[in-house]
Amino acid sequence: MRDQPNREAVIEFLHATFELPGRPALLRDVTLSVQRGDTLVLLGRSGAGKTTALKLINRLLETTHGDVCVEGRSTKQWDPIVLRRHIGYVVQEVGLFPHFTIEQNIALVPRLERWPDDRIRARVRELLLLVGLEPEKFIQRHPHQLSGGQRQRVGVARALAADPPILLMDEPFGALDPLTRGELQEEFQALQRRLGKTIVIVTHDVGEALLLGTRIGLVEAGELAGVYTPKDFLRSQQAVAAAYVAQFRAYEQLEGGA
Amino acid sequence: MSVVTFFLHHRSEIWQAVLEHVWLVGATMLFAAVIGIPLGILVARRPWLSKPILGSANIAETIPSLALFGFLLPVPWLGGRADRLAITALTLYALLPIIRNTSEGIRGVDPAVRESARAMGMTEWQILTQVELPLSLSTVLAGVRIATVLTIGIATIAAAVGAGGLGEFIFRGLAMVNDQLILAGAIPAAMLAIVADLGLGLLERRLRPIR
Repeated sequence: MRDQPNREAVIEFLHATFELPGRPALLRDVTLSVQRGDTLVLLGRSGAGKTTALKLINRLLETTHGDVCVEGRSTKQWDPIVLRRHIGYVVQEVGLFPHFTIEQNIALVPRLERWPDDRIRARVRELLLLVGLEPEKFIQRHPHQLSGGQRQRVGVARALAADPPILLMDEPFGALDPLTRGELQEEFQALQRRLGKTIVIVTHDVGEALLLGTRIGLVEAGELAGVYTPKDFLRSQQAVAAAYVAQFRAYEQLEGGA
Repeated sequence: MSVVTFFLHHRSEIWQAVLEHVWLVGATMLFAAVIGIPLGILVARRPWLSKPILGSANIAETIPSLALFGFLLPVPWLGGRADRLAITALTLYALLPIIRNTSEGIRGVDPAVRESARAMGMTEWQILTQVELPLSLSTVLAGVRIATVLTIGIATIAAAVGAGGLGEFIFRGLAMVNDQLILAGAIPAAMLAIVADLGLGLLERRLRPIR
């Protein structure tokens, strides 16, 4: 696949380092690239630096050394507002605006971009259907009236609203019960094939990484320990990768035996 | 003469004093909100400013009100007119609860909501006006309510520097040892405070964000 000539690096980390003064670096000398249409999963423990890496992409944080480029341009050269509206963002806590209806929440970026009203309304309906929520039932509700899974769906719809070519997701399904999580992961996988976005997902769930990732970046103590295809990851001899795989196998066996 | 007949007899003077009182309090609250809300936002944004700003407002609060009116009397532009002087002094008192509640309200906004607002590409101004202020409105308003009730009480002392209002009756009553005169100032002032408290409290509950 990587020989196809039309593929290009949409996101590139070039020796990217992020540190706060007087503390060990949260992310050290990370170099990697994400091709158009790829889904990179950053897998690692809590505090390994995955979220830091994600926030460097939409410039919620800036590298202290090295650089992160989006579509060939350093994020520091992008207008941060333009950059962020170009990149969808979904987090575990969802961060829906509690004082906005579902419609207003999803319509946020289109409204900031001054789309005409009827186009916004049509887009909100389209997105709600896309994430499996009935528009009539949900547009007028507020976030607190929804279940966790429904809120997460709205979060995805909001991130997709202005059709950004890039999507960043930080533990998007982490706060959900296992059943809902499984459902959403599968639906998301189907969505991903349809939309062809370039996606970066942060997770500590190896099953999720194997299911959703076209590539898996292993992050350990602020460093990139390796980037693998899911197949390579399962066969990897690298100690941490092997530990993840062993854990995953044990879980699968348990499931198979049941 | 009973208090009721006294009130009926002097209703136009009492009404006049009520209007003066409302004017003093209204002007004070306008200034205090215009100054205090932006200061509260600043304190929330720059925590290192919290000590100097809240500290100053706190000190203003500790000066006995009669003394503060006295201190301001020799100040050139202020001393010239009693209502100017009174409104300035009252504004100093009203600032603390407004600054404190505004900064608390804004700091109380869920960090995930703020971060997702930034990540969606909202400008700082859009985050402030469309997310942070709407979500902290009821807390800000609670500060305004506390300040209003406080100001209605302290404004009675403004009569000491000749600014009028319901304090006129109280001071005159004290001088003449006339309880009815004192009550003619105290009862309407208490009623004003109760009405303001209830009215603003109602508004506050209606604006409370759903969570």
